[in-house]
Amino acid sequence: MGHHEPVTDWTTDFDHTDDVWAADPYPIWDELRRTCPVAHTGRYGGAWLPTRFEDVAAIAYDTERFTSRSVVMSEFRPPAMLAPAGIAPPISSDPPYHKDARRMLLPIFSPQAVEALEPATRAYCRELIAAMDGRDVVDAAEEYAQHIPVRVIANMLGLPQTDAETFRGFVNHVLEGVSLPLEQRAEGMIALFGYLQGHIDDHIAEPRDDLISFLLDSELEGQKLDPFQVARTIGLLLIAGIDTTWSAIGASIWHLAKTPADRERLVAEPALVPVAIEELLRAYAPVTMARLVKQDMDWNGCPMKAEEWVLLSFPSANRDPDEFDRPDEVIIDREVNRHAAFGLGIHRCAGSHLARMEMRVALEVWLDAFPAFHLVDPAAVHWSGGQVRGPRQLPVRIGPA
Amino acid sequence: MVIDADRCEGHGRCWAGAPEVFEPDDIGNGQVVGDGRVPVELEHRARLAVANCPEHAITIEES
Repeated sequence: MGHHEPVTDWTTDFDHTDDVWAADPYPIWDELRRTCPVAHTGRYGGAWLPTRFEDVAAIAYDTERFTSRSVVMSEFRPPAMLAPAGIAPPISSDPPYHKDARRMLLPIFSPQAVEALEPATRAYCRELIAAMDGRDVVDAAEEYAQHIPVRVIANMLGLPQTDAETFRGFVNHVLEGVSLPLEQRAEGMIALFGYLQGHIDDHIAEPRDDLISFLLDSELEGQKLDPFQVARTIGLLLIAGIDTTWSAIGASIWHLAKTPADRERLVAEPALVPVAIEELLRAYAPVTMARLVKQDMDWNGCPMKAEEWVLLSFPSANRDPDEFDRPDEVIIDREVNRHAAFGLGIHRCAGSHLARMEMRVALEVWLDAFPAFHLVDPAAVHWSGGQVRGPRQLPVRIGPA
Repeated sequence: MVIDADRCEGHGRCWAGAPEVFEPDDIGNGQVVGDGRVPVELEHRARLAVANCPEHAITIEES
């Protein structure tokens, strides 16, 4: 963060890596929704920011005029020759290629497959809690939330648990280093793919019962995936599955740490946790996706130019008063809640069932261990900027004050 | 209850919220259990599934 000039006008010069946005973007979006519902910036080579639910949904559904060739906004636009597959299919793919690439992955993330991962996930969470034994203050983001998806995905892929730090570093570089110079961005990508290539070669020589071997054995358009396609798919799972879920778990713990009534309700009524998770996903949706404009056009009065970005702010859509009653309040038992935290349309987060399971297990285990906990200091909580927003430092008191 | 399979994107809000009425297929898309008739005691949850489907894929045909 902070690689750019500070923003002074959010309607004409917004920047999602700005420190003000990272700390608390909701007032910015609320103001834009009222006064300038589709903001623009000249940064990143030009980008638009729709803030109303209706507009975010319309663009998410419009795969004709907006491409997913890259879904992470930065100065770097992947070459158009990568379309229709894109840099990390199927998230970066457009129809018709998208459908089969996605269909190939969905069984991995089916509710049945996710259910099988639950006992191991619960065991990881308990291990993380056990390591906090005797402490009064812990960092719920650094010591708990971030480790859960890393371990789940590493386990699914068949990557060594000892490499967790290494690939978390790659993920941070790709997602949070979006304002770094192009050369540094490229170096990060090359390092990630170099790392994955080593493990893929290993699995080619010695197939195992894990996701890398499953992908090496998968077919698309009648042909086995080549190692580069496998690497791109794994890259996607790491980038899409780690700091997103980490953010969602962290934001949930943050909310419960500062809202004793909601925390007590969930401790007393664990069966309410799945409903609460939907509300926490709505209110603190971590993920914003990007699209590129295919051709110059007028979009609802906005003069969009080819290769400009559009940020699909699902988090802002989820706070739109035209779609939700009392959108700025967290109503922990909200029943009617058609939120878009996992996106809308053909690119609905393929890992959403896994993410929900991880959130539920993480909260169940945490609340079981620490029925009373609170923020040490609200000012000590630090949030990531960029397209995945969640607490990165979250000191909470779990023991006696 | 009727699910429009062309609209369903597999969010899973229906089968998670009303498992007596909906179930996931092998990729997590929703399908109605049995003939889709909903007993009175499950009506509230069935209506919530309609209200919460992000793709507006579920409809109720009153009989």
